[in-house]
Amino acid sequence: MKILVTAKRIPDPTQKLKLKDNALDFSGANWQLNQFDEYSVEAALRLTEDGANTAVRHGQVTVASLGPADVATQLRSALAMGADKAIRVDAKDDELDASIVAKTLAKLVEREKPELVLMGKLAADNEGNDVGQRLAAILGWPQATFACSIQVVDGGKAVLVGREVDAGVEVKKVQLPAVVTVDLRIVSPHAVKSGRTKPEFAYAEGPRYATLKGIRAANTKPFEQLTFAQLGVTAKATTKVLKVEMPPARQAGKKVGSVAELVEKLQKEAKVI
Amino acid sequence: MGNILVFLEQADRRLRPAALSAISLSRAIHKASGGKLLFVLIGDSVGDAAKEAAQFGADGVLTVEAPALKHYLAETYAPIVARIAKEQGATTIAGCATSVGKDLLPRVAGILDAGVAPDVSGVVSAKQFRRAVNAGNALQTIEVLSDVVVVSGRQTDFPRAAASGGSSPVTAVAAGAIDAKGAEFVELQTQKRDRPDLTEARVVVSGGRGMKEGKNFAILEQLCDLLGGALGASRAACDAGMVPNDLQVGQTGKVVAPDLYIAVAISGAIQHLAGMKGSKVIVAINKDAEAPIFQVADYGLVTTWEKAIPELLAEIKKIKSAS
Repeated sequence: MKILVTAKRIPDPTQKLKLKDNALDFSGANWQLNQFDEYSVEAALRLTEDGANTAVRHGQVTVASLGPADVATQLRSALAMGADKAIRVDAKDDELDASIVAKTLAKLVEREKPELVLMGKLAADNEGNDVGQRLAAILGWPQATFACSIQVVDGGKAVLVGREVDAGVEVKKVQLPAVVTVDLRIVSPHAVKSGRTKPEFAYAEGPRYATLKGIRAANTKPFEQLTFAQLGVTAKATTKVLKVEMPPARQAGKKVGSVAELVEKLQKEAKVI
Repeated sequence: MGNILVFLEQADRRLRPAALSAISLSRAIHKASGGKLLFVLIGDSVGDAAKEAAQFGADGVLTVEAPALKHYLAETYAPIVARIAKEQGATTIAGCATSVGKDLLPRVAGILDAGVAPDVSGVVSAKQFRRAVNAGNALQTIEVLSDVVVVSGRQTDFPRAAASGGSSPVTAVAAGAIDAKGAEFVELQTQKRDRPDLTEARVVVSGGRGMKEGKNFAILEQLCDLLGGALGASRAACDAGMVPNDLQVGQTGKVVAPDLYIAVAISGAIQHLAGMKGSKVIVAINKDAEAPIFQVADYGLVTTWEKAIPELLAEIKKIKSAS
């Protein structure tokens, strides 16, 4: 199977946010691959291998990102995990919005002709949760968002996707080509069934670590750099962030000494029971 | 500005609570932008829910019915919403940021080449909205630049609208050609619960990894039932298989904002805090005095759940029997 995986870099979510001129200040940010995108890379690798012999790739996994030259670091980390090829489309972080990203990815899809586009369900910084759906709309493809499981069915012509929805798990079947966005549980041991890996095979929980061999190999794998002009993308942003503020800090409360005291406070002070 | 088209979710012949939050959001936008306020309901049989929707003072309620629309699919619903928006001169398309709204609305926006303000918590003006980003650690004001605005509201930030009386005209609109683009609904795996929904409960009691095993959640369920609340859990507890995943509260999972949130044996990872920081009163019970959950808790009790919860049950029973 030929898979295009999208990757966004985000500032380390555990770092304290800083503001400058009504915007987030990223001057001291430690950039990393968005966790949900890292999980997409893992899912793509699982879909294109036999879990018992991961040295052989059955298909091709291409990882693409939009961003400045530094994004190469995150793309190389995906290559080190096992992806075959990387594409960086040159862009400034602050000139991008969901619409421009989706239109650019649509051009990459035309060019690369994947059977499946795998994406994180959202980027943990901006939490937009909309690029995958937009891309599917532009391409006229079916979509399966919030995937916690993927199974290849119908001899590789379709995938059966478990989707984490408010009421539980919805199972949706989509014909390929399709766009699938993944949720956290896509990296649990039996979440991805490629048809090649034996059903009883259990992956380790979480995305795989790059091996030393993988890291060395990453430096020799194809790495393409493109511009909007080369792809014919002329889209303008449809949204703009006007300002960013810190939410009012929640006052750390008090410690109570006993259950009796807690109940008294909840009843008489907070009046919630 | 043109008109406002609001996608209302329905199930079992009734409006879903999320639809009432969507109505609240749309009223706030309507105040800022004017124009006609129109509701749309899609499904195989939405007549009863449409009658309900007609009591909220909209200028019109549109229904689209077809057997093939029985189960929600983004592929079949999105083109219908997009087409009706054009036919009705709607320049704002709104809904609630449920798992359906988050799946559907960006696809509608993709079709119309419109900007999306996703999961917003407040309306600044017809085209400007406030929303939480970075796991709730920052608040963004976003402006939609395109002529058409697509916006979804976070359910916990828009209280359920009350009916305003009157009766809006209900009009059936043809579904047109339905093309699922090779997508198919197979099944919904769900567990029926007697307790209120997590996102709608007045009280939420959540357990974390410190609960050790699934069967230990039974005592938290007792507390839920005593307080008329819903059961929640941290990601760690869900991942460990102690409780089903749909109970997860956090950046991934459900965002809740009850009057009372009781976090039991939860350390308070930022992803969890993002899902419950909006609660009015937060209680944390954890044996580790350094747990980050105490930094957001109004009341903290440093002890084990094994000791605290039985005592808590007894104390609350005392109050309930006295009142």
